Amino acid sequence: MSNFEDLYRDIILDHYRSPRNRGELAAPPAHRVEGFNPLCGDEVVIYLDVRDGELRDIKMSGHGCSISQSSSSLMTAAVKGKSLEGVRQLVDAFLDLMTVGESGPATDASHNGDDELRRWGELAALRGVVKFPVRIKCATLAWHTLLQGLNELSPP
Amino acid sequence: MSSFNALRVRADVPELRRFVNGRRITYLDSASTSLPPRSVIEAMSRYYELRHANVHRGVFQTANEATEAYEGSRSAVARFINAPGGGDEVVFTKNTTESFNLIARSWGATHMRAGDVVLVTEMEHHANIVPWFQLRDAIGIEVRFIPVSDDFRLELRDLDALLRDVKLLSVTATSNVLGTKNPVEELARAAHARGALIAVDGAQSVAHGPTDVTKWDIDFLAFSGHKVLGPTGIGVLWTRQGVLDTMPPFLGGGGMIADVRTDGFLPAAGVARFEAGTPPIAEAVGLHAAIRYLDALGMANVSAHEDALTADALTRLSETFNGRVRVVGPCDTRERGGVISLDVAGVHPHDVAQVLDQFAVCVRPGHHCAKPLMRRFALAATARASFGPYSLRRDTDVLLEGLEAALKLFG
Repeated sequence: MSNFEDLYRDIILDHYRSPRNRGELAAPPAHRVEGFNPLCGDEVVIYLDVRDGELRDIKMSGHGCSISQSSSSLMTAAVKGKSLEGVRQLVDAFLDLMTVGESGPATDASHNGDDELRRWGELAALRGVVKFPVRIKCATLAWHTLLQGLNELSPP
Repeated sequence: MSSFNALRVRADVPELRRFVNGRRITYLDSASTSLPPRSVIEAMSRYYELRHANVHRGVFQTANEATEAYEGSRSAVARFINAPGGGDEVVFTKNTTESFNLIARSWGATHMRAGDVVLVTEMEHHANIVPWFQLRDAIGIEVRFIPVSDDFRLELRDLDALLRDVKLLSVTATSNVLGTKNPVEELARAAHARGALIAVDGAQSVAHGPTDVTKWDIDFLAFSGHKVLGPTGIGVLWTRQGVLDTMPPFLGGGGMIADVRTDGFLPAAGVARFEAGTPPIAEAVGLHAAIRYLDALGMANVSAHEDALTADALTRLSETFNGRVRVVGPCDTRERGGVISLDVAGVHPHDVAQVLDQFAVCVRPGHHCAKPLMRRFALAATARASFGPYSLRRDTDVLLEGLEAALKLFG
């Protein structure tokens, strides 16, 4: 598979065309948090409904490229219903996955095993982004925004 | 008219021989930066190989040669833009952005008071907006904007009212997003009639058609070396002599002084007082070679060539995509240059650019450092294709092929 096809996988295009959990929650009681990418104008707004240490519901709105929009959609699907601790772990692991190390993309070094891929589920579709360094910030925008929201709700 | 052959220009540019993703490069990003011909690269190499020395200091042979080369470039720039006062009116800066900062910090801070107005337009690059906001925050001037109409032109009906209390009208000759060419001579007359000066951003115009600051009757012209087939790291600020004489130094340091004592300093006379520190000498040599190259092509020829390419591209974009690809800018080539901003239905500009990269087509996605303009048209970004003298009709062929693929992938 070429780098290009690896970037625009079917799962990514599907989440771009039919984003999951798109919409708004009344805030308050939900927590609203915004993220921007000043370089390309991408914008994401995330609404978090947190109760009893659990992310009961999450909605997102905003606009941006296919990578930023599909990543937000994939993220909401992956974190909804998880404990806050579990959400934090996933966000940390994802941001780590998207980090390009000195020896090339982190995926090549440590995340390429089949077990590892299965663990990521649909999120594994975003792995191709690390081969396009300028697009990494598109893929991580929603995740950084979610992390900011979690930190606002309960500082780490 | 000298002879102009775009195929020959193309052969002169080494980077256009590169292959990316298995295809030869289709370079449509000249509005960001232009590709230098071999003569520019060789002039800079020769300078570094044989004549490199610091300017305005040494007495040895190569130091004299370096000084002559540097000052020779200044004179060539002056001739190229038809500066009435010659090289004494040409200040070398880092780029267009620094040129505007120089106008604001030196001329603006000296001649403007709280309540005075600088009039810019909604289609300016941030380089001609932010320095004025900085001056506003420092001394309380007002920054006023000429609106842009729905058909992508300056809205000039109320120009006379907009010019009230204006000390400087600062406007781009050609929009780096819309491609719109503004009526510089008409604006100069209007500004002068109200006792204001006029500064022109030539970043998108100087490499694409004749520049004549005398005929235009303007007071400042700013442009960048790297957008006129020259190197990065050098820009130009031309200022009418009578205005330049009233401006204090910008950056302080070596080279810009007449004397320094323990109780103060005296600035140098002439343009030297704006050029602190060792200047971009090799870049000035490269800029000289670029200007010589453009001069040989003939700027009227370059303009006619790019107009024809633009007209052809606009026609084919409209015929091929039938509204699925919208051009954000005027459609009449008489009032626009070869900067074509595209809004592709259902496809984000970053994705457009990524797909085009598969075809080795270089375009620029983003807000193009013109956020007030993007906001005016409710756009987050566009994908921008732009021509240079080396562009050919076949570049548009590949662009259309890539756009078709983008629409197919995301449609």
